[in-house]
Amino acid sequence: MDYIYGVMAVICIEIIATVGLSVFTGFTGLFSLGHAAFMAIGAYTSAILTYFYHVPFVLALLAGMVMSGLVSIILGFPTLRAKLRGDYFAIATLGFGEATRVILENLAITQGARGLPGIKHFTTLPVAVIFAVLVVWLTKNFIWSKFGRNAIAVREDAVAAEMAGIDLFKVRMLSLIYSAMCGGLAGGLFAHYLNFIQPAMFTSILSTQLTSAVVAGGMGSITGPVLAIALFIAVPEVLRVANMWRLVAYGLILVLIMIFRPSGIMGYHELSFEWIFNIFKKKTRNKAAGKRRV
Amino acid sequence: MPLLELKNVTKTFGGIVAVKDVSFSTESEEIVGLIGPNGAGKTTIFNLITGVYKPTEGNIVFEGQDITGSNPVSIVKGGIARTFQNIRLFNKLSVLENIRTVLYREADYNLGNALIRTPKVTRIEKKLYDKSLEYLEVVGLTDYVNNRADSLPYGLQRKLEIARALALDPKLLLLDEPAAGMNPDECIDLVELIMKIREKYNLTIILIEHHMDVVMELCPRILVINFGEMLMEGTKQEVQNDPRVLRAYLGEEYINA
Repeated sequence: MDYIYGVMAVICIEIIATVGLSVFTGFTGLFSLGHAAFMAIGAYTSAILTYFYHVPFVLALLAGMVMSGLVSIILGFPTLRAKLRGDYFAIATLGFGEATRVILENLAITQGARGLPGIKHFTTLPVAVIFAVLVVWLTKNFIWSKFGRNAIAVREDAVAAEMAGIDLFKVRMLSLIYSAMCGGLAGGLFAHYLNFIQPAMFTSILSTQLTSAVVAGGMGSITGPVLAIALFIAVPEVLRVANMWRLVAYGLILVLIMIFRPSGIMGYHELSFEWIFNIFKKKTRNKAAGKRRV
Repeated sequence: MPLLELKNVTKTFGGIVAVKDVSFSTESEEIVGLIGPNGAGKTTIFNLITGVYKPTEGNIVFEGQDITGSNPVSIVKGGIARTFQNIRLFNKLSVLENIRTVLYREADYNLGNALIRTPKVTRIEKKLYDKSLEYLEVVGLTDYVNNRADSLPYGLQRKLEIARALALDPKLLLLDEPAAGMNPDECIDLVELIMKIREKYNLTIILIEHHMDVVMELCPRILVINFGEMLMEGTKQEVQNDPRVLRAYLGEEYINA
């Protein structure tokens, strides 16, 4: 039972990071290959605060978020100001992610590559669930406000958005800060769930997993990436008995999604009862139409 | 005082001179036609006015203020809106949201309010929804409010783009080939729409167009551009009868034949 609780807690934590990233990648349309760095910054900041300075958990989480947000400004200012496009920006974030990891490996306070053991266990499953639900709700509100709509406009057509009086830099920066702060929160929760962190946990593999969850879930959906990251974590766990085949399954999921749902599991939609209802309605209508044709 | 004035504007891309020493001005509430063969530099002139490109030389003055080299966002806020030759809508947003996105500059709620969605946010969103509907009504798109923008037929996408430009509350509207790809019926419809919005919003309009019926119908004054240079400026009769214009459009050999 502990094991299942554990998997669920990890899913909830990663949902926070993924939903944050979906604001940046899915809704604003900029690819990042370095968002694990924001998780790392949040994890280390909050862990150092609770471990060495005995700061209350919630305050430490907040500090981790703020720290990630500040660092994202340092990353975003030169790259977004220069309007780096698509792949160039992705490469910049890749470099940023690796640089962050190397810095963490060489600082005294992070205890280098050995990592920080003995962090207090504050993140129980209910805590993780509450934060995940809270972040999803906040993100939904964000997307359905002028901030989110402007972000979508920038993604859809940057030139037209600019000609509609939308400041591209401000919109992209805000999305980046938002996603970084979500990453920071996820990192903080992660550190206080595992009780141990080391730089090797936050490699580009984690960044890629987050980004592929957003793409596979649907760029322009919040619920899609939530489903995708849950799938990405749960399926390899379920297949632990199959040992080496579980990574193949992981790849298979990605390939299947690409073939059958090229714009992601949810595409540009949100998972809701209405949406499911419409699908069934369409299916039955198609069936009826098919019968008539015969 | 002219609303917009271009003074000896030149734009070069490397060795290519796209716009060369162009000067013209528009008075308030005037419709000016901008015509010329393909590649003459008409759209480049729009890009210079809206700040997409910075002029290599010369000045652009709008309402007495020098806007040469200003960034696009501040130019839009100053009151110049445009549409695009190749339609540029926010495709994945609904028809209404395409307009509302533009109106968000009036939404004065902050990020904190937005995140927890206070009643203030809901109220402002509703207000902007209603305001967006008004613009959609002007161009006749009220039946498509919830459709995704890219699901609209071509002609309606053009209208939506015009509505989005109107929602910016401009004084000067730049229309880049609004009738491109339209059949004669749709062209008549478009001419009526342009007349109507000019009347309703007291707009000054500069119109790039290849459909001469549309240009002749709408524009008392026409500017002709060829190879980036101002070929002539005049009333529609003058332009229609000018041999230089015929030569620019058809080429020397066809004139003599």
